[in-house]
Order: sequence, then structure tokens, then C-alpha cells
Amino acid sequence: MSLFSQIINGLSVGSIYALVALGYSMVYGIVKLINFAHGELIMLGAYVVYVTLMLAGMPLWICVILAVVLTAIAGMLTERLAYRRLLDAGAPRISLLITALGVSMLLQNLAQIIFGSSAKAMPSIIPSDPVNFLGTPISMVTVITILTTIVMMVALTALINKTKIGKAIRAVSEDADAAKLMGIHTGRTVAFTFAVGSALAAIAAVLYIATYRQISPFMGSMLGLKAFVAAVLGGIGSIPGAMAGGFIMGVVESLTKGYISSTMADAVVFGILIIVLLFKPTGIMGKNLSEKV
Amino acid sequence: MKKRTLALLMVCVMLAAAFVGCTAADDGTDTPTQTNAGSDSEMINIGGLAPLTGEVALYGINVNNGVKIAVDEINAAGGVLGKQINYIAYDEKGDATEAVNAYNKLVSSDKIVALIGDVTSTPTLAVAQQAVLDNMPMITASGTAADITAVGPNVFRACFIDPYQGELMASFAANRLGAKKAAILYDTSLDYAVGLTDAFVAEAGNLGLEVVANEGYAGGDIDFKTQLTKIAASGAEVLFLPQYYEVVALIAPQAREVGFTGTLLGADGWDSVVEAMDAGNLPSIEGSYFCAQASLTSTDPVLVAFVEKYNTLYGEAPNMFAALGYDAAMIMFDSIERAGSTDSDAIIAAIAATDYAGITGHITYDEFRNPIKAAAIMTIVNGDYEFSEYYSR
Repeated sequence: MSLFSQIINGLSVGSIYALVALGYSMVYGIVKLINFAHGELIMLGAYVVYVTLMLAGMPLWICVILAVVLTAIAGMLTERLAYRRLLDAGAPRISLLITALGVSMLLQNLAQIIFGSSAKAMPSIIPSDPVNFLGTPISMVTVITILTTIVMMVALTALINKTKIGKAIRAVSEDADAAKLMGIHTGRTVAFTFAVGSALAAIAAVLYIATYRQISPFMGSMLGLKAFVAAVLGGIGSIPGAMAGGFIMGVVESLTKGYISSTMADAVVFGILIIVLLFKPTGIMGKNLSEKV
Repeated sequence: MKKRTLALLMVCVMLAAAFVGCTAADDGTDTPTQTNAGSDSEMINIGGLAPLTGEVALYGINVNNGVKIAVDEINAAGGVLGKQINYIAYDEKGDATEAVNAYNKLVSSDKIVALIGDVTSTPTLAVAQQAVLDNMPMITASGTAADITAVGPNVFRACFIDPYQGELMASFAANRLGAKKAAILYDTSLDYAVGLTDAFVAEAGNLGLEVVANEGYAGGDIDFKTQLTKIAASGAEVLFLPQYYEVVALIAPQAREVGFTGTLLGADGWDSVVEAMDAGNLPSIEGSYFCAQASLTSTDPVLVAFVEKYNTLYGEAPNMFAALGYDAAMIMFDSIERAGSTDSDAIIAAIAATDYAGITGHITYDEFRNPIKAAAIMTIVNGDYEFSEYYSR
């Protein structure tokens, strides 16, 4: 067993955590909402692929585009229908949180009613045969997963830092009221953030299908939870933080399973989370903002 | 307050009694083997308990029909001890309380000498606890919970218990596949998996099959590549996956992805694994072996005849429960014959000494009254199940 292949395994899992964590982080950054329905958006994206690829028999690339577009729309819809009024009314944080949990349960149960609760088998959409890389078998899926995640992160960083809408997102996340006074359409900006976060969830869903070849109505809950931890570890609200958190979690899990004990992985990950939060409560890359009074 | 509780209790008791009465009446009519009570001395009364209605009715109906076929066959061949078998079955609806009530009725008014039942684990355990007080010879066709036969020396079963499959697959790996190194990957939070794993490890130790990797994971995990990478590097020739089919469908492709090329082994939880995988991923489980209580596709002439008879009598294909019901009944009849009387102790001693070639395999009993029997080994060929052989240690 080589250390190298275990790190690759970790990066492969970590990539999916990172993509999902990005969604959590972006939404939290802009509206301070922990969107617990985010995991279910991944599930939704996966079922879009299932319906278009397996039932309608469309070519893969159309399925992926449809998954991204439809999941982004679903993300915007949840924001519009479930969160917008609460946000506008300045409802307490806890109401938003409970609403998010409600949306999560609604989507999960809806999927169970429509598709049934048993898992659905999916084909290998990316060839999974191991390819030899420096004497270590690595599957094509793993390589593509890691590369896609890195590309997404670069694109997202560019979007946030180089474009006008990115500037608007940064402005709204810093101070929504001030941004509004400066003529930024905050509602539209928030909706756009939800759309981007959900699109990333759909990409995570495609990579999930490629890696695990099975989807179920419950696939989003555990993944969402792990990714949320990754987002907190990296510093929720920070984009590089979410990426770092995801990769660190994946690699730590993998190395713990590989070298310490296969059942200790969660304990070690959460142990690291506690230690990081003790010394840096905002997470590894979180900004230390003083509370505005 | 107390009075009211008492009154309520009385009402409950009366209602329950009424329901038991109903059940008895219903089943009396649909039990073709039951004849008029006048000829009691010429007949041997055997009780039956099975859920014929309710959630688990499919199991109960199959077991009951299997028993009825056995009764018809034995009666046609002259019966047991020169007497005909009178099989009296009650529907217990899958409920432990109903089962115990029905059992009491079988003992007190039907004067049974032995019991074939129950079907599912929970009511079987409840009935066993009652039956041990009466020293009633009892055999369950399909109660797999380990505790059932531990209740008392009068309780037997026709199916093997879950952990036994672990021993069996270890033995199969060592003796049939000639494996020297085995690996295990199991869910540490699943009783089924832990039981099978422990049994596999213990038996592997006896056989000199080295367990080079024994890896666990938490329930709900979806990524196993880390553990599988270790397993692939360990040089294991076989990988034992005591798991249910949906998770097997996740693990198997990942095992191939990290370069594991050995044979995958499983247990009865693998049933349906082919349906849980996409056609493109089926090569990952090609050539795997798993065990099952019975295979109804084997070409054993007795089994073929049984399946045909079941089809004609009941208009549908039997499942493995019917075969186990048939075997449970046959073991009981064979034991009474060998006991030479309907005395409880004699029957119990005879069941313990059973050496019977059943349609679900050859059966003898260990000291815990669990069968030592062959399991049907299934293999996966061209992405479909294929019966390989009946295998026992």
C-alpha cells in the first residue's frame, strides 16, 4: 500500500466534499444562512441525470448541462419560495435554519415518493479502469474528479474577483444594506449566488455518479453534512477555505482509514475540527471580522 | 382508576380470545389435511404456526404450503408410525402475542404432539419460550435469530443461522477456491456483518486461511477506496463482503478500480445484487460466489418435483421458504418415526440425531440445535446468477 495512492483516494473524496462545501460557503457568505437543503440539491442533480440519461436516453453531455441548469433553477426557487420572505423580513437566524431543514426533508421525501427509496444503479459514465500512474493504479474517474474540482475552483475565484457580478456578491456579503444604497440589486445577487452554489452541487452530483455509480434519495444528507464540516473547517464564507477544508477532510479520512483504523476516520476528522476551532474559531482561512455593533 | 384499568384489561383479554377463536375457525376450513376429530387415536396431531395474512404473509404462506405438501406426501406413503398426520395450522398474522395464543390453543384443544413453526424470528422466539415449558418438540423453518434455539433443548430449526454463513464461506474459500490469503471488508455497525465476519475469521484460523486484511467501515459510508487499496496491496486472493446487495453494488466496482483482482465472496445478503447494478458494472462481480439457504434452480430431482407440485397445487412458483417448510416438516416426521412413539422426549432426542437429506441440503444438528447443513453456493456468470453446488464444511 503506498502513501501516494491513499492520498489520491483522499483527494478524490475530498474533491466532492470541496465542491459541495463551496455551495455552503457561498450561500453562508452572502446571507449568513446554513443551507441544510444543499445536500438535497446534489441528490436532485443526480436524479436529473438519472431521468435524462437512463429514462430519456439523452447523450451524456446534454444530461450534464440539463442537470446543472435545472439544479441551479431549483436552488433559485428554494431561495425565492422558502428563504426570501424570511430574509426580507429580517427573521431570526433560527427560523431560516429550521426552514432550510424543512426544505431538505421536503426534497428528500419528494424524491422518495417519485423514485422510491431504494438505490438506483447508474452506468459508468467515465471509464473506471485503473490506469497505471508511476506504478500505482489510479482510475480515470479519480483523475477527472480532481481536475474538474480544481478547474471549478479557479473559475469560481475568477468569477468572484474579476467580474462585475462577483464584485456585487462581495459587496452584498460584506454589507447588504450598504450595497443596496450603492445601487446593487441585492435580491438578484443573492439569487445568482444560490444558482452558482446549486450548479456546483449538480457538478458534484455528476462526479458522485461517476465515482459511485449508485444514487438514492438519501445520498445528499451524509455528503451534505460532511461538506458542511469541511466548510466550517476551512472557514465558512471563504472560497479557498471551502476547497482547503474539503481536501483536508478527504485526505485525513483516507490516511486515518489507511494507517490508523478504518473506523476512526470520523473521530479524527472531528477531532481536527475541534482543535482548529479552538485556536481559530473562524476556521483555517476564515476572516477574523470584529462583530459590528 | 384501578377498576377501570382492570375492566380495560378484561376487554382486551376477551377481544383477544374472540380473535383467536376467529383465526381457528378460518384456518380449520382452509387446512385440507385436517379431518374429523373423531379418529384422533388413529392420527398424529401436528401443529403449525405461520403468518398467513399481514406484512410477512408471503413467507408464512410459502412455509405453510411447503409443510402441507410434505404432509400429503407422508400420508400418501402410509403416514408416520402407521398413523396419518393431522396438520392443524393457525394464522398468527406475524404477531408474537397472536402466535403464543394460537400455540396455547394447539396444545390445549388440538392436543398436538409437535409443532412446526413459527416463521419469522420474533414470534418464533415468543412461542419457543412458551413451548419450552411444555417440553413441546418444535422446529422452525426459517427463524434465523441465534437466540431461538438457545431457549431450550426442545427447539430446532431447518435454516442455518446468519453467522454460520461466515464459517461456510471461509471453508469454501480455503477448500474449493484453494485460497491462502483472505481479506474482509465489513460494516462495523451492522449485526449481520459483524456476526458473519467473526465467524469467517474464526473458521479461517482453523483452516490455515490467513486473514491478511480485516477492514471495517461505518454504516452509511459510500467510499471504500482507502480500505480497498489496503486490501489490494495485502495480496488477498479472496475478499469477503458480508453485506446487503445495495452496498455490495457500491463496493465491488471500487474494488476493481483500485486494482483488486481476486474473487469476491458474499452471503445471502447478496441476493438481488445483479439487479442493483448497471449492466456496465456487472463485470466487477463476475465470478463472485455467495451462499443462500436454498437454490430452487438446482437440478436435484426431488427439488424439481417439489417445485412442480407446488406450481400445480398453488398456481405460483415457490420461494426458498416453501422448501424450508417442506424440510422442517420432513425432519419432524422422520424424527417421530425414528422415535417410535409420540413421547416428547423421544421425539426431541430423535430430532437431535437427525441425519436427513432435504431439498435444501443435507441436515444434521449441532449441540445448539442449529443445523449443520449445506448451503447453496451461487456464482455470477455473464452477469447473472448461476447455481454452483450445495456446499458444506
